[in-house]
Formats: sequence, C-alpha cells, structure tokens
Amino acid sequence: MAGETNPPSSLPEPPPGAGLNRRSFLRNSAVLASGLAALAASLAPLRDLKDSTSMEQFLQKYYKELTPAEMEKVLERIAREVEREYGIRPHLRDVKPLDGVQFVYALNLTRCIGCRKCVHACVAENNLSRNPEIQYIRVLRLPHGSLDVEKAEHNYAPDQVPEKGYFYMPVQCQQCENPPCVKVCPVHATWQEADGITVIDYDWCIGCRYCTAACPYWARHFNFTKPSIPKDRLNPEMAYLSNRPRRQGVMEKCHFCLQRTRAGRYPACLEVCPTGARKFGNVLDPDSEVAQILKRKRVFIQLKEDLGTSPRFFYYFDV
Amino acid sequence: MRTAVRNYFFFLWRCARIAFVGDWRYYLWMGALTVLCLLGLNAYAKQFVHGLMVTGMSDEVSWGVYIANFTFLVGVAAAAVMLVIPVYIYGIKELHDLVIFGELLAVAAILMCLGFVTVDLGRPDRFWHLIPGVGQFNFPASMLSWDVIVLNGYLLLNVHICGYLLYCRYQNKKPAKWFYIPFVFIAIVWAVSIHTVTAFLYVGLGGRPFWNSSIVGPRFLASAFTAGPAIIILALQVIRHVTDYRIPDRALLLLRNIVQVSMLINVFLLVNEVFKEFYSGNLHVASSKYLFVGLHGYHALVPWIWTAIGFNLVAMVLLVLPLSRSLGYLNLACVLSIVGIWIEKGMGLVIPGFIPTPLGEIIEYAPSLNETLISFGIWAFGLLCYTIFLRMSVPILQGTLSKANEGQPMPPAGGAAGARVPSG
Repeated sequence: MAGETNPPSSLPEPPPGAGLNRRSFLRNSAVLASGLAALAASLAPLRDLKDSTSMEQFLQKYYKELTPAEMEKVLERIAREVEREYGIRPHLRDVKPLDGVQFVYALNLTRCIGCRKCVHACVAENNLSRNPEIQYIRVLRLPHGSLDVEKAEHNYAPDQVPEKGYFYMPVQCQQCENPPCVKVCPVHATWQEADGITVIDYDWCIGCRYCTAACPYWARHFNFTKPSIPKDRLNPEMAYLSNRPRRQGVMEKCHFCLQRTRAGRYPACLEVCPTGARKFGNVLDPDSEVAQILKRKRVFIQLKEDLGTSPRFFYYFDV
Repeated sequence: MRTAVRNYFFFLWRCARIAFVGDWRYYLWMGALTVLCLLGLNAYAKQFVHGLMVTGMSDEVSWGVYIANFTFLVGVAAAAVMLVIPVYIYGIKELHDLVIFGELLAVAAILMCLGFVTVDLGRPDRFWHLIPGVGQFNFPASMLSWDVIVLNGYLLLNVHICGYLLYCRYQNKKPAKWFYIPFVFIAIVWAVSIHTVTAFLYVGLGGRPFWNSSIVGPRFLASAFTAGPAIIILALQVIRHVTDYRIPDRALLLLRNIVQVSMLINVFLLVNEVFKEFYSGNLHVASSKYLFVGLHGYHALVPWIWTAIGFNLVAMVLLVLPLSRSLGYLNLACVLSIVGIWIEKGMGLVIPGFIPTPLGEIIEYAPSLNETLISFGIWAFGLLCYTIFLRMSVPILQGTLSKANEGQPMPPAGGAAGARVPSG
C-alpha cells in the first residue's frame, strides 16, 4: 500500500521554479491556442469565398503590356471562365480602334420621348448586372426650359411618355476629350483609346472608386458585389475592353458598344431608339451624319461645358 | 557587423517581449482592443467575400466612413509636427523626449490610414498594381498616387526617427545628429504635405463643387493642427497617469497654445466657407445646403454638423479663456475639438460631396453595421499599435529597458501593480 502513495524514487525532485516554468508554458500555450482559435473564428466567413482569384488571374499583366500571344492566352482563359459559369462558349475578342476614326455621339433632345428603350437595350447588349441592377444610361425628365439637373426627375413612371411640360435627356458616358476619370486613376486602369473611347481594364482596376468621385456625369458604375446575369440572357459576342462579364469589385461604364462600333455597327442604344433621336458616327468623316449635325445645327450643347471636359457626346435641338 | 545585427535583433526581440508584459489593467485594455480587432477582422472577411455591398455605400455615395476616417487620421498624423517644431526649431529641449510620443502617434495614425484605404478597395488582391515599378503607377497625374508616396514616405520617416532615437537610448549612446536631424526637418515639411495632398485629392475634382474649393486645403491643415495636438494632450496625460514617466504641465500648456490658435483659424475658415456658399447662392450651394440645413427634405447630416459646430465653438471659447489652463477644462476642450473635427472633417466633408449626385439625384448614406465594425476594428488596431509602441518606448526612455540590463528580467509595467522606477 505504501508503494502506491510514494512517488517513484527514480524521479528526482523538480528544481524550484521548474513547475512555475511549466505552468507559465502551459498558460502561454493556452493563451496562444485560444488566440489562434479566435483568429480562425473571425476569419470563418472566408469559407464562403466562391469566386476566389486564381494564380493566373492574380498575376495577369496590364492590358497594354500583354503581347499578342499573351493576349490569346488571356482571352482563352476568360472564355473558359465564362463557359464554366454561363454554359455558353463566348466569342471573345480584343477589338482594336480603327485608324482615322473618332467616334462622336449626337442626341436630339427635341425627339427623345423618354421611353428608356435605350437603357434596356444597353443592359442586354453589354451584359450588365440585373441584380444588383447596373445601367449605363440614365434618362432625366426635366421641366421645360431648364437644363439644371437638380430639377431632374430620375424615377418618372407615367402610363405614357412623353408627358406634357417636360423634355427628356438621356445621360451616359460622355467620352470626354479631357476625361477626369482617366487623370485620377492611380493605376492607369482606365484610359482613352485612339478613337476617343475611354475604356477600363476590368482585370487591372483596384476598385478605389476615385473615378466615380471625379466623373461629372455620374457615368461610372461599380460592382459592389458579384454581378448576376441570367444564363439565357448572356450576349456571347463580347470584347475584352467592353461587354465581357465583370467581376466583383471593379468599375464599368459605357464604351460606345465598341464590340459593335469598331466592327462597323451602331451602338445598341441607337439601334433601338424608336424616334431616331440618337446619331453616332466618325466625326473625321465629313459626310458622316454626326459631322453634318455638328456643322449644320444652330445649337448643340456639351453637358457641363464649363468644366472643360469637352465631351464627345453632343445634345442638339431641331431648330 | 554581425554582432551589430545580432544586437539589433535582440533589441527588437526584447521590445516584442515587453509588449506582452504588464499589469492587469494593461491586459484588460489590450484584451478589449484585441477583441475589437477580431470583430473588425470578422466583418472584413464578410466584406471580402460579398464585396462592398455589405457597406452603406452606393454608386451615388461611393465613399463613406472608411475614407472619412482616413481623412481625419491623415490630419492626426500630420499634427505630430506640432511637437517637433517647438523642440527642434525653437529649441525647447526639455520636451525632446515627448516628440517621440508624438511621432509614434503619427506612425499609429498612418497605419490606421493604410488600413482604412485598404478596406475601401474593391479588389484588395490587386494592391500590387499600386506599387511603383511593379504595377502601373499613375504618377504624377493622379493625386492618389501622390498620396501613396507621401503617406508611406511619412511612415518611413517617422519609423526611422523614432526607431533610431530609441535604439540609441537603449544602447545609451548619443544619437549622431546627421543621421536623424535632417530627417526631422524633412518630416516637418512632409507632414504638411501629407495633409495638403489629401486635401488636393478632393480639391482636384472639378465636377464636385463642394470639394472644388481652394479653402479645403487650409481648412484641412487648421483642423488637423487642432485635433492632432488635442489628441496628443490627452495621450500624454494617459501616459503620465498609467506610467511613472514624468511629463511637465508645461508641455501640455504649450500644446494648448497650438490648439487654441489652430481652432481660431479653423472656425474663421469655416465662416469664410459658409459665407461664400450661402451669400452668393448659386446652383452649387446644394451640397452645403444638404449639409447645414437639409435639401428637399433630406437632412441626415444636419444634426451632426451642428453638433460639430457647437462643439468647436464651445471648445474655442474654452481654449481662449484662461480657464483652460486648468487641465480639467483643457481636456474638455480637447475632447470637444476632437469629436467636432472628426465629424466635420470626416462625414461632414466626404458625404456632402456626393449629395446631390452630378445628375442631381439625392441618395443618402449611413454606414452599415458591418462597415462600422470594420471601422472600430481599425481604430482598435491603431490604439493597440500605439499602446505597444508606448509600452516599448517608455521603459527605454526611462532607462529600465537598456542594453546594460540585457540579462535581467523584464521591467514591470509602470502602472499601479508594477514597481515604481524613477524616470530617467
């Protein structure tokens, strides 16, 4: 019986202080373990990360630094991603600006009836997120006689348009000659192309939204979360700098439908317009409709001309 | 050379060790801050997964409390020079060590600034696009690229100055003047530049009349030199209270003079701005109307801005009166100035710039719970850093943590539970 209570004699007495060390070691380990557990718990939401960035995406180079061969690989990768997500193999290209072309838009305020067909044609053509809703064109309803946007109604919803006493002004990216958004971007993720279209490299934008703050036309729209487009509504005709599906956390905006216009077609908003209020073309071609309008119309305006942004988007009247 | 490196790393190791040693109040304080940090981290993990959707921001109001806090904290960081100038330019030597506390505050404030801009990014994974030489750095066109340079530069300058002076003190060596004095003077100019550049971030936007005003820069500096030294006044008293490090009242009263003058200038500039906006009454007054009196029935910021103005005016009166030579009133004035300027330079500056939108729409903004938790998390992180910096530097300045006592156990925290050591 005595053998049970006595400690085995082979074990020496612990030196004074060793117990303390062991105790403090245990305490420190316990603190460390609970700290790590708390850290892991606080990071738990990361498990829901579905759209995580692959190494290829993470290391992708800047648009202007991609060689043609690298661009091919990038397009292939994006096409694969789109196919995986939407079940459709897209026709994805990198469409370059045409030589000797400067695109200009002219919009006839006398004719616009505010039907918003352009808004929805744009959404469909450019694969804009349906939820949350992103739209590149905002149609303002203004009372007769005023161009003060603070008098504008954005959410007008009458049974029939046009309404008496109002006129309508659709606003989208004005493709400024001096774009403030390009100037402020800290990483050159947005720039002006040779044909005057300001584009965004969605794979380079860091999402700081400084361009939104800089834009006087409220033209830039941000993907506050992952955009969603119904699979059967995806437009498979897409270009790298325009209507390919965007990812969460990047900026986007109107690009004059460059996937169409650089291939000799009209922008979607123009094609759908029932009143012919929208005119688009190459201002360097003296015979083009837009060149003629700018030459012959007595009054045309650039929105917020006083800011010196010099829009390539003109509003005119039938006078 | 090798021993020098070894010594330096041993110094860092001892500094790191001491950050984990303290009395129960220290553990309580650090524990509470850690909990807040983790709550913030948790909220950020949610934001990382679901995007900025979880904030109150929108296309209409695309910057919110993150950028508001960032703006305020740049001012706090800049204000460190308000201790440097009296010491290095006017030669008030006895405050020499206090400069280090001011500069450490600047370091903590810049760390918070970097935290706030990082959580504001939609694609934080692409931060490397901002690194000059590696990414595409839009310098000098983008004011944001200037901000990246001046903020990181200021961080390095202050880390160098504090780190060098503290390491010299640790080794009981006299610091080589050429190795820090030039940087001190660069840092003075640099401090002004960080807040000027941050002001220019807003001022440069022609499409936002509320910001596109040349008075924004001067107002930034005036408010920074009010709120920053006010924070230092409070911080020094906390240090004096929880450690036995002696800080003369004279230091606090010197800072009072600075806060006093800056607050007068700040209020004067505010009057200038309000007059220009409202008297001329052109169309661009909409944002100011929204801020001060409300616009078309929207007035979320009105109670805030009048609270801020009330606080600033009471603080100004207190500061001007001899009353505030007593610390109780001085502290009250400091708290009022800090809160007033935090509202005014934060939400009061950022949000009205977006309301109404450039197309005349009015969409209001309020931070979401998730956004608020992240913001508190970053503040807690900053305070945690500042506490650790002080925990390391106070014993070094007192001489209880030095190369001479390398083999000995850690000096206790200077608080009530720790043994009192005469200050060096």
